[in-house]
Amino acid sequence: MATDAAADMPRGMEGVVQDWANDKQTFQVPWGKAMMWIFLLSDTFIFSVFLTSYMTVRVSTTEVWPNASEVFALTLFGQSIPLILIAIMTFILITSSGTMAMAVNFGYRKDRAKTAAMLLITAFFGATFVGMQAFEWTKLIEEGVRPWGNPMGAPQFGSSFFMITGFHGLHVSAGVIYLLVTAWRVWSGFYDRKGTYETVEVAGLYWHFVDLVWVFIFAFFYLW
Amino acid sequence: MAYVAIADRDHEQHLHDPQTFITKYIWSQDHKVIAIQYSLTAIFVGLVALVLSGMMRLQLAFPDVFSFIAPIEYYQFITMHGMIMVIYLLTALLLGGFGNYLIPLMCGSRDMVFPFMNMLSYWVYLLSVIILLASFFVPGGPTGAGWTLYPPQAITDGTPGAGWGIMLMLASLAVFIVAFTMGGLNYVTTVLQARCRGMTLMRMPLSVWGIFVATVLGLLAFPALFVSAVMMVFDSLLGTSFFMPAILDRGEQTAFDGGSPILFQHLFWFFGHPEVYIVALPAFGIVSDLISTHARKNIFGYRQMVWAIVVIGGLSFIVWAHHMYVSGMNPYFGFFFATTTLIIAVPTAIKVYNWVLTLWRGDIHLTVPMLFSIGFLFTFIHGGLTGLFLGNVVVDLPLSDTYFVVGHFHMVMGISPIMVVFAAIYHWFPKMTGRMFNQTLGKIHFWLTFLGAYSIYLPMHYLGILGVPRRYYSMGTTDFVPESAQAMNIGITYSAILVGVVQLVFLVNIAWSIFRGEKADPNPWKANSLEWQTPDTPPKHGNWGPDLPVVYRWAYDYNVPGAPEDFIPQNTPPDALHPAGRDHGKAH
Ligand code: HEM
Ligand SMILES: [Cu+2]
Repeated sequence: MATDAAADMPRGMEGVVQDWANDKQTFQVPWGKAMMWIFLLSDTFIFSVFLTSYMTVRVSTTEVWPNASEVFALTLFGQSIPLILIAIMTFILITSSGTMAMAVNFGYRKDRAKTAAMLLITAFFGATFVGMQAFEWTKLIEEGVRPWGNPMGAPQFGSSFFMITGFHGLHVSAGVIYLLVTAWRVWSGFYDRKGTYETVEVAGLYWHFVDLVWVFIFAFFYLW
Repeated sequence: MAYVAIADRDHEQHLHDPQTFITKYIWSQDHKVIAIQYSLTAIFVGLVALVLSGMMRLQLAFPDVFSFIAPIEYYQFITMHGMIMVIYLLTALLLGGFGNYLIPLMCGSRDMVFPFMNMLSYWVYLLSVIILLASFFVPGGPTGAGWTLYPPQAITDGTPGAGWGIMLMLASLAVFIVAFTMGGLNYVTTVLQARCRGMTLMRMPLSVWGIFVATVLGLLAFPALFVSAVMMVFDSLLGTSFFMPAILDRGEQTAFDGGSPILFQHLFWFFGHPEVYIVALPAFGIVSDLISTHARKNIFGYRQMVWAIVVIGGLSFIVWAHHMYVSGMNPYFGFFFATTTLIIAVPTAIKVYNWVLTLWRGDIHLTVPMLFSIGFLFTFIHGGLTGLFLGNVVVDLPLSDTYFVVGHFHMVMGISPIMVVFAAIYHWFPKMTGRMFNQTLGKIHFWLTFLGAYSIYLPMHYLGILGVPRRYYSMGTTDFVPESAQAMNIGITYSAILVGVVQLVFLVNIAWSIFRGEKADPNPWKANSLEWQTPDTPPKHGNWGPDLPVVYRWAYDYNVPGAPEDFIPQNTPPDALHPAGRDHGKAH
């Protein structure tokens, strides 16, 4: 549907530059959403530095690195299954991303009850994840893994494990609180009065980000 | 339905007008008040750092006189001086202070997008300053690890403040980063999303561009410092070995094993180099605006200036290891980082040429802000040229860790941004307070500071070439350093004391003018950018009265042929320039 005005607009690279350089606002999104994107970019750097440092000390240490699939194995029904707990945790977290997406969807339809319900389910999955992580920490601590050393090999194994999963766990816990607050606001009709559920999506961005980071931790720490 | 920009939606504009003294000046959410709170706190800690440097200089000039400055204290002073100057003074003042004040006013916004978070940012910053200063009063005193805080020595016994001091320093830095993030997210989002009508990105004054890109750098560089602070705290408190290799401490094997000290250096400088630009880019931006305004001429090459800021910002993330040529890293790295370092000189040189070309045949008014801006050009060119020496591996090796380095970085990131800070304070003082400062005192302040600073740092380059090492509390007796070096050291100290004392002139001038200064014109420099066009001076809460300004042009229309005056404010509509009945062709 090309109008005359559209035909006059610059195209290609120049058009992109002009769109971005528009007056008032560069991106047609709410302030909170823009800010969340920028925050997540900054947070990406935090986790990248954590992971890079972990990889560096893993290479610099002179002792053997414990075998993750043995350390993180659980004995279920008399059989030792490698990484089973982590697999379940990962599954739960990814499922929670699905329910979060549904919450955002219901939000755009202004379906108050369903949005709140989906947010609560997402928060519940998040809390389950944190609970299972606490279980995993306890198990490792019982086996003698400490931040400063462990019976299986390089001390950096325990240090990186507690630091990185701990930091991620804090993010998930903060996310659970954030989701609960958002759910409460949805339920109490705050966004109906405001006329828009945009903010639910902002919480969603954060939640998906935390999930995505977990995928990287999973790949670099548990699978390597 | 057409998309309505957020700034135009009524319900987003719920500014709560502050009622009481407390909500107006203390728990204020007004960006202008927060800016002033940031600035005053930063200037206060800056004075602490200045006093510390004076004591170091006294010790260097008269090594046996001051019994309260032993090597331990010297290290503590040097560390606190360096860290305060770089982070708690310059970063906080340029971004928290000028960023807060200028972004909404120059972009035509009513406030930052999230004023409450902006307020929190200041209070958390204040907390970080308190934690930092508390380290002077804990057992063992502040850390003496040097501002670079390199482990292993930073946390091993024998380094001053290896227990409490370093922990407080790391805690304070972490808290500062939280404060910076809250402020920084606001600055970036405000610039991107809350400009007024007509204010396109390519019409923004360069001050905003500089502050904007610097904030982005901060948001991406501080994470590295944050994470290394966390890891160092763990190494020290929990006994992990992230940065600590297996080492002997006074003959005994420590419990550490297998960590990487070089990793810390990489992380520190991945933050540390962009940090240089975090203080430099706002200074670049501000000085561009001041030079253009006070030379009554449009900035030469506006687009180039913008792109240079952006390109410098991007490149600053891939040059960090030029601080590590002597660290024992792979020599091929040195080759790579020397190349990127020299490439960054290109956009920087473009900026310098453009400043000089802006001055060329301009109608230069030697006002106090202009004097400081020109002073900046000298110190910055000087520091930039010595940077080319240090950026080359072979030249850096003998100069590394000598006074040449001290001279270089004080020129380029110490004195240069400070020159711009003074220029900016004098420039915007009439807008902030509604009063004029005393010009004569300002000029005295400039000449003594500028010449004094030169006589501090110029000789240091020579000392460095002689081989005088940095971070030594006294030169002692070394064969390769001639006697005369000490005479020069004494001279440097006299200049340093002079420069320190001269700052009183500045403080007195400011303090006196706030209350007694002449009433200032709303636009005393006849400048174009929006902050000078506010309905009230100082601007009220909400900045613009009932209606947001509308922008029709860039901020550099000075001496436009045919215009009724020698400047055209950004919000002057085109038809206001050619009033009916007036033949504007006559002007030719
Ligand atoms: C009159 C002003 C100043 C004087 C007299 C002064 C003096 C000194 C002295 C004597 C040293 C120690 C040199 C050594 O023994 O190696 C030093 C270090 C340092 N200064 Fe300054 N300085 C001043 C301003 C500044 C400013 C504005 C900055 C801001 C960037 C700054 C940043 C630093 C840094 C980063 C160090 C290195 C600390 C370290 O080695 O750990 N200084 N200064
Ligand atoms: Cu650098």
